[in-house]
Amino acid sequence: MSTPIETLLADVAKLYSDDEVVTTAHLRKVTLASGKVLGLVTLDNGLDHTRPNTFGPKSLVSLNTAYDAALADDDIDAIAVTGKQFILAAGADLTSLQAGGPDGIRTIAELGHAVFRKISGGAGSAASGPNQRRKPSFGFINGLALGGGLEVALHADYRTVIDSVPAVGLPEVMLGLIPGWGGGYLLPNLIGPENAAKVFIENPLNNGRVLKGLQVRDLGIADVAFNGADFLEQSLVWADKVLTGEIVVSRPEIDRGQAWDDAVAKAAAFVAGKTSGTSPAAAKAIELLTLAKTATADDGFAAEDDALVAMSRTPELVASLYSFELVQKRAKRPAGAPDKNLAQKVTKVGIIGAGLMASQFALLFVSKLKVPVVLVDLDQDRADKGVAYVHAELDKKLAAGRATQDATNRLKALVTGEVDYQKAFGDADFIIEAVFEEMGVKQTVFHNAELVAPETAVFATNTSSLSITEMASKLKNPERVVGFHFFNPVAVMPLLEVIKGEYTSDAALATAFATGKKLGKTTILVKDSPSFIVNRLLGRFMGEVARIADEGTPVAVVDSAFAGVAPMPPYVLIALVGPAIAYHNNETLTKAFPDRFYLSENLHKVVEAGKRSFYGADGKLDPEVEALLTVGDKQLSPEEVRSITLDGLADEIRRMLDEGVASAPEDIDLAMITGAGFQFWNGGITQLLDREGISEKVAGRKFH
Amino acid sequence: MTRPLREVVFVDGVRTPFGKAKGQYAETRADDLVVKLIRELVRRHPELPPERIDEVAIAATTQTGDQGLTIGRTAAILAGLPESVPGYAIDRMCAGAMTAVTTTAGSIAFGAYDVAIAGGVEHMGRHPMGEGVDPNPRIVSERLVDPSALVMGNTAENVHDRYPAITKDRTDAYAVRSQDLAAQAYADGKIQPDLVPVATRSAELGFGLATTDEPMRPGTTVDDLGKLKTPFRPHGRVTAGNAAGINDGATASLLASEETAKELGLPIKMRLVTYAFAGVAPEVMAVGPIPSTDKALAKAGLTIEDIDAFEINEAFAVQVLAFLDHYGIDQNDDRVNPYGGAIAFGHPLASSGVRLMIQLARQFEEDPSIRYGLTTMCVGLGMGGTVIWENPHWNGEKKGAA
Repeated sequence: MSTPIETLLADVAKLYSDDEVVTTAHLRKVTLASGKVLGLVTLDNGLDHTRPNTFGPKSLVSLNTAYDAALADDDIDAIAVTGKQFILAAGADLTSLQAGGPDGIRTIAELGHAVFRKISGGAGSAASGPNQRRKPSFGFINGLALGGGLEVALHADYRTVIDSVPAVGLPEVMLGLIPGWGGGYLLPNLIGPENAAKVFIENPLNNGRVLKGLQVRDLGIADVAFNGADFLEQSLVWADKVLTGEIVVSRPEIDRGQAWDDAVAKAAAFVAGKTSGTSPAAAKAIELLTLAKTATADDGFAAEDDALVAMSRTPELVASLYSFELVQKRAKRPAGAPDKNLAQKVTKVGIIGAGLMASQFALLFVSKLKVPVVLVDLDQDRADKGVAYVHAELDKKLAAGRATQDATNRLKALVTGEVDYQKAFGDADFIIEAVFEEMGVKQTVFHNAELVAPETAVFATNTSSLSITEMASKLKNPERVVGFHFFNPVAVMPLLEVIKGEYTSDAALATAFATGKKLGKTTILVKDSPSFIVNRLLGRFMGEVARIADEGTPVAVVDSAFAGVAPMPPYVLIALVGPAIAYHNNETLTKAFPDRFYLSENLHKVVEAGKRSFYGADGKLDPEVEALLTVGDKQLSPEEVRSITLDGLADEIRRMLDEGVASAPEDIDLAMITGAGFQFWNGGITQLLDREGISEKVAGRKFH
Repeated sequence: MTRPLREVVFVDGVRTPFGKAKGQYAETRADDLVVKLIRELVRRHPELPPERIDEVAIAATTQTGDQGLTIGRTAAILAGLPESVPGYAIDRMCAGAMTAVTTTAGSIAFGAYDVAIAGGVEHMGRHPMGEGVDPNPRIVSERLVDPSALVMGNTAENVHDRYPAITKDRTDAYAVRSQDLAAQAYADGKIQPDLVPVATRSAELGFGLATTDEPMRPGTTVDDLGKLKTPFRPHGRVTAGNAAGINDGATASLLASEETAKELGLPIKMRLVTYAFAGVAPEVMAVGPIPSTDKALAKAGLTIEDIDAFEINEAFAVQVLAFLDHYGIDQNDDRVNPYGGAIAFGHPLASSGVRLMIQLARQFEEDPSIRYGLTTMCVGLGMGGTVIWENPHWNGEKKGAA
């Protein structure tokens, strides 16, 4: 049974903190054209739109006071809630949620329900309860509405939305939480289980996707959308017509039969595919979706309270909040990067090479920097081919309606192909090489470029394994060389490892960070070392896995061992990156650290045979591949496979930190999340290793 | 090429409720006030394809900040008009909106436009009169303008000097009449149909909705007014009670050539007869409407007796009385500002011209025996402006004739 609100209000006072940015709920009476009086509640934390409204303890109490006053005032016929300019609210104040522990979370969860539902329960709402003194209510979604910021409006009988709204959603599952202030119950009952699952289960697991603009109306979350020029005025006119009966809001009937169960099954299958059962929050969200079919509002809300408390006890919540911090804050201020004022302006980019990788660079650089980009190769034909690739990609974007003709013209004109180094690099400030992965070749092209390039031009290399220091050593100005390591596909993967060699100057490094930021990448500073962060860890991972498989554990068993650790099974990953590249990476690492990195002869044979994957099209081990493999007879269980491999990862991470490859475990996790797709809700990898006791067992201490 | 002149009609006019400076619009932007009006005009006239609008002319006296950036164009963009619709900013101080109307009307008559939006805005709370001005020193050194001309209250006192028959008692009585008539017009629902409610932001109170003119002081008596200070001169005559206040607000009208209005099925509230602007000595700015009216009447081939409805801007009561005395019209004549004027509603400088037109259109609609009416106002630095309109609803009778 839910706790009486008086008790909740007393309990929540204990959670008050001076640090809370209080969102005040201002109640103001507005007389509508019909003469009816609306109690309009504006949420406003007194800061500009870059600091969204949030709900902490004091904010909830403020809203409670406003709602009580509106309900008690006999002049007021109806109640509406909206936000300060451009923002409704961004949900719960996460800091205050964390601070109170599980008891605090229960108080906040129950109080949120108790306050929000004061305006719910009328016609058009699923949350009707007896003995509620109530008035018709409206939510005017005037801007960003996430989590509790959307739920506060979901409790209202009717909703309007601004047609340019940038972000509406219930992203809690992404953070290891569930929509716990009514969203899990109200949304499926408002828009049906299938659409609700999209909003609070699928979108959060798709990198926190949100709804925009008219989608909010089209999904049925809002009854009507109005233009931003007079959104509030038109919302008030509309509300007045609803109150006088001139407008009757009708919503499609929700199928509560088999269709509901089918929608739940579909969502569950989606979750299984995305999380392999390792996200407690996603599982809980499925439970709430199931329950919403038959539960009363009281029961539905109570289930949300329980779920929130349960989530608060999961390490995944801690890990998610940790990831959130990494992605939101650390990613924006790379640790160890030099003063950004040292960065040089990049007004022209030179690319050595015009192959596929080089062309992808050209596309990215020209699209983001909008400066001349010149592709240089041994002959004009090759250079032109690179240019043609970029032009074709730009045309595709134009055809898809994602670029204007003018913008496409501009970018196409900026990309040229050249064979003459002098013409290409004579006035370039940033030159990146994408030639064959061999030290001698790279040293030569840099040497040739240095003969013609301005003295201050930065030379970047996309090498994934060669030494930056060695590459620079033969140059007149070795301080200009910096590692600039992208991940495939270049346009998609957010990570860019920026590598400082022995000679690298702060100016070159700062220019690399600034350029990486302009390219839209998450930049992380890495020490010059074999394979840097992501490939080194993946190399250790693959090495352990391959050794186990080569010794006799079937590939299928190996692949089943890593649900909830890696984004995909290791042999599926090999197919994605290509066996040859995987093999080459381990070659480099085995040369550097022969004691612990493993080079699989079986993988070598697969590469030699030109096979792209261990698996056939039917998803089973390819018989031709199987015939190539020589395996032992030591068969391990999936648990043993997982344990041995994670031991190896913990060992490697500890070494990398001790060697200074990365400055902190946070950078390792940020790299693995953004460069290798490791799970957000796991906090990358180190949180998992800590909570399972592996780091202590292997390296004698935790990472955090 | 022969170029037939075309008739210009006033299709519709709307305005925001006016506010007191630092009052209901204290945290609302000036350009937003205009935007709401453009949207309302478009919403009210679905028969008008928005791309047929040829111009958006918006006046503001102080064209900086939220009244800057070529406000006619910015407001058009913000209101979601097609990007093919151009716009510009215009300034003739108090007669800004009036000039927006006459200028676009001239373009319509000439054949350059078919349809135009003309209006004005002044957020005097954000842009006090004289904000950022840098008067040329020659004005003083060469005595080009009497120094009192730059303070409007002083010019009003100067008009009292010129017309000793206009006493403070008369101006106070006139001010009370304005308040009374405005209150009555509200009670009769003559004002509200053309007001566009505006959501008002307040960090302190939350969002509200402006639906009425904030400056109004219904129930004001002559006794009340007698107690007010005369800030411009010791024992002077001009007070906050017998003058318009410091106000925020916006107006907008829809103009068209008569043939375009007929083609599209747009209603016609008034037909433009002619207009004139005239200059006077800047220190007696308030007498400006007299020469501008004489000039307009002469152009129209009309006399003052032909005019059955007057909407005179009440910047100062003395200015209205100077006008009425000049033409021998009683200050209580029911043809003059029958729904009250700026003393009650407020005078957000560059917006007021269209408010006068909105009220004249109401007079036309209410009384088909009116054939001609005029809107007139005084303008800072010694000017007057007059626009003469014909009532399309005229029934062929002569108002007041038995």
